[in-house]
Amino acid sequence: MSISEIIMLWSDNRGLSLLIWTILLVTAMYLARSSAHLSIGAVARSLRAALRMTASSLIALEQRMVKRNKQVILQAGQESAERTIEREFQRVNTIVERDLSGYPAAQRTITDLINKIETDYQASNETPPSPPEWLEAVDTISRIEKGGDSTVSQVLQSIQETIESAHEETVKAYRKSSLERLQVLKKMLPSWRGLSQTVSSMSTAVTDLSERTAFIDKQMEKYERMRRNDDQIARMLTSSSLTQFFVAGLVMVIAMFGGLINYQLIALPMSEMVGGVSEIGGWRTADIAAMVIIMVEVAMGLFLLESLRITHLFPVISSMDDKMRKRMVIVTLTILTILASVEASLAYMRDLLALDREALAQSLAGVAASNVEFRWIPSIGQMVMGFILPFALAFVAIPLESFIHASRTVIGLAGASVVRMLAYAAKMTGQMMYQAGRIMIHTYDMAIFLPLSVEQLVRNSKAARDSDDVDEIILKTDETVGGIKP
Amino acid sequence: MKTFHLVTTLLLCSTLIACDGKAPKSRAVYMLIDTSGTYTRELDKAQKIGNYLLGSLNSGDSLAMARIDSGSFSEKDIISKVTFDMRPSMATTQKHQFKRQLDNFVSSAKPSAHTDISGAVLQASEFLNETQAQTKYILIFSDLEEDLVRGHIRDFTMPLVQIKVVALNVTKLRSDNIDPRDYLNRLDDWEKRVYEGGGLWKVVNDLDRLDKLLDS
Repeated sequence: MSISEIIMLWSDNRGLSLLIWTILLVTAMYLARSSAHLSIGAVARSLRAALRMTASSLIALEQRMVKRNKQVILQAGQESAERTIEREFQRVNTIVERDLSGYPAAQRTITDLINKIETDYQASNETPPSPPEWLEAVDTISRIEKGGDSTVSQVLQSIQETIESAHEETVKAYRKSSLERLQVLKKMLPSWRGLSQTVSSMSTAVTDLSERTAFIDKQMEKYERMRRNDDQIARMLTSSSLTQFFVAGLVMVIAMFGGLINYQLIALPMSEMVGGVSEIGGWRTADIAAMVIIMVEVAMGLFLLESLRITHLFPVISSMDDKMRKRMVIVTLTILTILASVEASLAYMRDLLALDREALAQSLAGVAASNVEFRWIPSIGQMVMGFILPFALAFVAIPLESFIHASRTVIGLAGASVVRMLAYAAKMTGQMMYQAGRIMIHTYDMAIFLPLSVEQLVRNSKAARDSDDVDEIILKTDETVGGIKP
Repeated sequence: MKTFHLVTTLLLCSTLIACDGKAPKSRAVYMLIDTSGTYTRELDKAQKIGNYLLGSLNSGDSLAMARIDSGSFSEKDIISKVTFDMRPSMATTQKHQFKRQLDNFVSSAKPSAHTDISGAVLQASEFLNETQAQTKYILIFSDLEEDLVRGHIRDFTMPLVQIKVVALNVTKLRSDNIDPRDYLNRLDDWEKRVYEGGGLWKVVNDLDRLDKLLDS
């Protein structure tokens, strides 16, 4: 039976039939009104309760996630701070061993230099020789009037000459003495410089040490705050982790582009080794082989940096004894170098293949083969790139480690955010369901407004009648009690 | 232990590099060049198609060229045939060699008295089936006017299952101009024979559209 037939069930007149259906429906709805109200209300309340419960669970989960994230961040921060402090202590140790261990020797040097300078100073302090005391007497005699006596004149002349000679000798002695003192002072110069250098190097060492200790103090303070689960430091670490995530991600994208260029360099010549058309799982074997070589290079780089203790992704490698680690460094570096050499030769082969193809294309097109100058420049460029790129790709281990560590935080944060949003959505939906239930109840009543209005009228009239009856009873009672008629 | 892991990884890579996967989507093309009568003047066009094929086919593909003469069901009519090596450098060398042989043929081709297209198609079908290529083409560079030597029997169904037969540069004969139905009948006859043999039929007269030749 189709819908149309059902509609026309009561009469051939569509309008009449529809009217009958409407009356029947409204009547049924009116009769089932209280049950329907109860059902709708119950469903809406149940849904709201269920969704509120879900929201509460999600909020609890989100709080647990936030707490866990904080723990993870603080733990990572503590590990990082421990490593930094350890490294700083090692540096301080180096400074103490290198510079301050020579302090006694430096002190001895300084003392020796000071003694020497003092001695030299004493030596330079010697007074110049004074002129003989009898010269004054002779000088007085030489100034006596000569008169006309030639003998006296000769004697006085002789005395004057003696005086002048003595004066010259005195000046000479004085000059010599000054020169000697200057020489002594000159000898002091290297000692002063030596002293200055020794003091300066001591000062540098002490300043450096002071800076290191200040840095350690700062790190220790940070470390203490981390141990106290300080919120501010957790926020700082989260922010730092996010920055690291994006920076490491950016570097990895750059590395991926480098890998793509590397792939382009070796994919074509690789077909010379594994065939140009064979496929594995729908992929060209040559392409897969090229990709595998690049992956192996990255893996070797990872192992190399791990063996050098630059990264800490594999605890097994970090915990190896030094001898084994050194062997591993040599092995990985050798393999990396071999792969780089293979890539360089493949890059050269690529160039040869390209040339060959170009020559064939020209021959098929009937064009005379052209001889391009400086063709060797791109050839060498490709070879160099083929050799350098594997080593460059090896360093991708550093951003990879940062990325992995930072992604733990980022995933935690993102997860907590998603759960928070879900909780909000669940709460919101629950409230909306409840309100929708109320709206449905009102809509239900709107649909049956006619019988409801009739019912209201009947009730009102009945209430009015009941009120009149009560008044009558009261009046009758009054008559009976008081005997007064209104 | 780690060294062992490294060696294992390298061995796996070497195995991957050494493994010889199956060559997929290989193509085999057999081109028949009509040398009868005045059609030898069209050989430069055949050379152009040959060059296009050499430029289009890759490692693992097969290419053969043969002339259509009085009795074409014979290996001696094959100008050159090659299956390109898996190594691109070797394949390029083979292409150079093939081109030289084609050029020699074009410069020294002599007209034949009769035209045995059916025999040539049979010969081509044999070659293509032997290559076990996934896609097989017979390119017939001819006016499709068969002129058999008396006594040669060719009126039977040709085995052309899963072979795409492409007629190239089907020139109109002088008689076709008088009655074009001859030309159309000739094409219809060949189409019918190819379909009867289980093959696919196509005509390409515009040689400027060679880029879609092997995709048909």
